[in-house]
Parts: sequence; C-alpha cells; structure tokens
Amino acid sequence: MSRPVTMPLVILAIASLIAMVLSVGIGSVSMTPAEVGAVIFGEGSSLQQTLVLDLRLPRTLAAFATGGLLAVAGALMQVLLRNPLADPYVLGLSGGAAVGALLAMLAGLGGLIVSGSAFAGAMLATLMVFGLAHGTGSWTPSRLLLTGVVVAAGWGAVITLMLAVSPAQRLPGMLYWLMGDVSYARSPWPALVLLFLVCLLLVPLGRSLNVLARGPMQAAALGVSVRPLEWMIYILASLLTATAVTMAGSIGFVGLVVPHMLRLVLGNDQRLILPACALAGGTLLVLADTLARVVIAPEQLPVGVITALLGVPTFLYLLYRSR
Amino acid sequence: MNPLQARELVMDIPGRDDGEALNFAVQPGQIWGVLGPNGAGKTTLLHTLAGLRAPRHGVVCLGGNSLSELKRRQISRQLGLVFQERQDGFPATVLETALIGRHPWLSPWQMETGDDERIARRALERLDVAHLSDRLVNTLSGGERQRVAIATVLTQAPDTWLLDEPTNHLDLHHQVSVLQLLTEQARAGHSVFMCLHDLNLAARWCDHLLLLFPDGEACWGPAERMLVPSALERLYDQELLTVEVDGAPLFVPKKAR
Repeated sequence: MSRPVTMPLVILAIASLIAMVLSVGIGSVSMTPAEVGAVIFGEGSSLQQTLVLDLRLPRTLAAFATGGLLAVAGALMQVLLRNPLADPYVLGLSGGAAVGALLAMLAGLGGLIVSGSAFAGAMLATLMVFGLAHGTGSWTPSRLLLTGVVVAAGWGAVITLMLAVSPAQRLPGMLYWLMGDVSYARSPWPALVLLFLVCLLLVPLGRSLNVLARGPMQAAALGVSVRPLEWMIYILASLLTATAVTMAGSIGFVGLVVPHMLRLVLGNDQRLILPACALAGGTLLVLADTLARVVIAPEQLPVGVITALLGVPTFLYLLYRSR
Repeated sequence: MNPLQARELVMDIPGRDDGEALNFAVQPGQIWGVLGPNGAGKTTLLHTLAGLRAPRHGVVCLGGNSLSELKRRQISRQLGLVFQERQDGFPATVLETALIGRHPWLSPWQMETGDDERIARRALERLDVAHLSDRLVNTLSGGERQRVAIATVLTQAPDTWLLDEPTNHLDLHHQVSVLQLLTEQARAGHSVFMCLHDLNLAARWCDHLLLLFPDGEACWGPAERMLVPSALERLYDQELLTVEVDGAPLFVPKKAR
C-alpha cells in the first residue's frame, strides 16, 4: 500500500489519450494525430470538423465511458462478492437490460424510450438477482453468483423468444444491440460525468473497500459500517452497469477482464484499482471499438464481439487458475 | 481504558434456551479465558461481545456506553478481535494484511504513512513473521496465518483484545510466545478475553475463567476458583486426572479402559 499511486494512473491516462486520438484518426478518411489535434482546437476543413466533432469523437468518448463504467462496476461487484469472477454480464444485469431494450424495440418505440427501458431492465435484474440471492440470510457470494448465472440464462431464453417472434426488419437493430455497439450511443457526456463523479466518490471509500474485501466480519471488527457500505456499492455498481448498458447494449467481459488484469499488475488496493479500472476499461473499449470499425471495413462489427473474444479465454484461464 | 462489560447478556443461539445471563466486566490487566466444549457458543460469545452479533437480551458495554450506541469505528479503536476463521478472497501480502489494522485510526482521505508501516512491521516482528512481509497470505501455513492475524490486531492496538482460539495451528513455542505477548498486553493495562481449547494453557495463563456449558449454563470468576476438577469434568464430559506442576494444576484426560 506504500506503492506509488500516481505513476500507474498517469501512465494509464496517457494510454487512454493515445487510444482516443488513434480511434478518432482511423477510419474511412484517415487523419494524423496532429490533424486530429488541430481539429479539436478549432482548425481544419469543415469536412474534418464534421467527421471528428460530430461523428468520431462522440463515439470514441461513448466507448471510453462505457468501458470505464463497466470495468468499475465489475471491480465493485468483485469486492462486494469477494469473488474475482463477478461481473455485470455474468450476473445477468446486462441480460435484464437487453430484455428491456428489446421490448421497447419490439413495440416499435425508439430513441430515449429504448434507453429508458434498458435502464429499467438493468435495475430490475439487479434487484432480482440480489434480492433472490439475499434470501433470509446475508449475501453468500457463491449463492449470488449462481443466482446471477441462472437468472442470466433465463434472460437469454426470453431474448431468444423475443427474437423469434419479432418482425424481420427489426432483427438487425436488435442483434446489434444485443452484441453491444457504441454507434447507437447518444451524447457521451452524462455517462462520462457519472464515471468521473463515481471515481471521486470512491476515493475516500477506497480503504474501507480494501478492508471489506477481507470479509464483512473482519471489516466490521476494523470499524467499517458494513451494511451501509455494501448497499452503497451495490447501488453504485447497478447504476454504472445500467448506464453503460443503456448507452451501448450488452458488452460482456470488460468488467471481468480489466479489473483482473490490473490486479495482477498493481495489487488489490481499491484506491488504485478503481480509478485504474475507469481508465483501462475505457482504453480497452476505445481500442476494441476502433478494431470493430476497421476489421471488415466498410462494414462494422459489434464491439461486443471483440470484447467477448478477448473475455472468454481470460475467464476460462481465470477459472482454471483458481484452485 | 473503558472496560468491556456484559450486563444480563444472553447470546442469540438459534434453537437454544436463554440459559444463564452473563454479568461480568473485563478489567484492565485481566486475562480471561473461555472454556467449553464444541458448540457451547464460545465463538458466538466473542462475536456478541465485539458487537458483530446482536444479543437476545442484555447489553454489552464499553465503559458507560452500550456497543449498539457506539459507531463501529469508535468500537474498533478500543476492541480488537482475532477471528478463528479467515477468508482471503483476493491475494494480499502479509504487510498489507497487517496494515489494515491501522484502518480505525486513519481518516477516509488519509493514506498510510511511514509511521503506520513501522507499527505494522514492528507487530510482524513481534509475531515472528517479519521475514514473510512480502509473501502472499494465502501461500502461508496455518500457523503463520494465525500469527499474521494476531499481528494485525497488534497493529490495531486495542485496549481490549478478543481472541478466538489464538493458539490454533501454532507450534508449542509460538503458543507460548503468543500467550506471553498477551500477558505483556495485560501488564501494560490492556485486557484480554479469549476462547481456548487447551485447559492447561488456560490454567497457566488466565487469571479469570468463564465456563460455558452446552445447555447455556455458565459460571465465571477468578481462575483458581473455577479450576475445580469436578466442574471441568462435567464441562467436557470427560474424566480428568489432576496433578500439580510448577505451582499450577495440570489436567490430563483419563484413558478409557
């Protein structure tokens, strides 16, 4: 814990900046980092202006916010459950959001209502999983994880059912949403602000979270008010997940892969890990989204495919390694 | 310091009658031992005294205040607890583990300073685990982990120590050295309250004993009054032979023929 905290964060911040500049520069019309910088500071042709400020930058920022939100949400859930395998996707929260969004799409609604419905679905899924797993006692981590997995399977069935009965012309949009796609994102700013605020809020809670990671009894014996803290993490994690899923559909495994890799390198001090997750998660998704745009250009892949392709082997490796 | 007191305390053990209400105070300088067979409620008693479990009746007080009126943080500055079971969900080094003992003393915005680290390192040295500082706790042996847990509470520096089987997993030398540490703590004006399985360690190191019977009956008092062979035989449902060694009684289980 005497490790320097600022150095890794500075490095990660620089990495995310580079990733964003790259992401904005790469595409049908390529731009050098210098040109990107010039456009952002108000120069360049009007075509470049439109391309960067209206099209690419919002998408890049949305990808960054989504990745950051998911990674922080994952890290928080892992502390809450004291299980490195917890993640919004695995716990079925993304599934709930997807059902909400698809219902709205199926009803022919669009825009804000799809987002609102997805948000409601994510919150409902959270309540369901945590409520069911809570039962009469406390949250047994293994019970919560199992409940989440089973509920996620349930959502999967509902999603398949909805896809089966929906009219063909709506299918592509739905599928893209299901696989996660930041091109649907609206303004990235609310999510970015939320991410920033949550990271600030978590700074003074960091050490309490470190103690909570040792188990609730030990934490209480060391002066942590466990119940309020657990509720707070739970609400924050749900809010972060719901915001991310609403913005970009269900993108799996960011919340799992990013915290785990950071822990391998940086240790498990939450005061470092949580802001690092925000930066690294954002960077990962920006890069994945860039990849998704260029791999089969001019066609685009949903970014969720890229993260899942990265995430599944990591998850399996994790399971294999853990006793 | 504020002595820990149980007033008309009845533990909440599901499926068991109230039994006898506990009334005692652990005064500065005293070392209390809790003896009882498996399942008598020793761990539950410790958790209740630490405020981690609500009692069925009665109150636990620190000084003049009931634990339920105090903030967890205030309690944790006065009361430390060595658990019998520990979970390590995430890997942490020995030094990091000891350092969390400083948690009650640091404000939310504070990082651990060099002083905190010195306190933690001194505690690790005292428990003879300083050479393991950089090792991950989940790679240690049971006895080493037990010593790290005790070092964490030593780092916490509470007035009142609660310990659940502190000699578990320890070899003979380390058992004695832990009990010696607790004796020093008591001499320095702190108080110690621990569950023990080893009757003879309790007889040698504790000045007060609390006997917990499985049916909820209990009796407590100065050690020499509690170490009555007939009562201990009833406590453990085991016949004992008593000899005197080095000024203290030594209890040996009788072999069944």
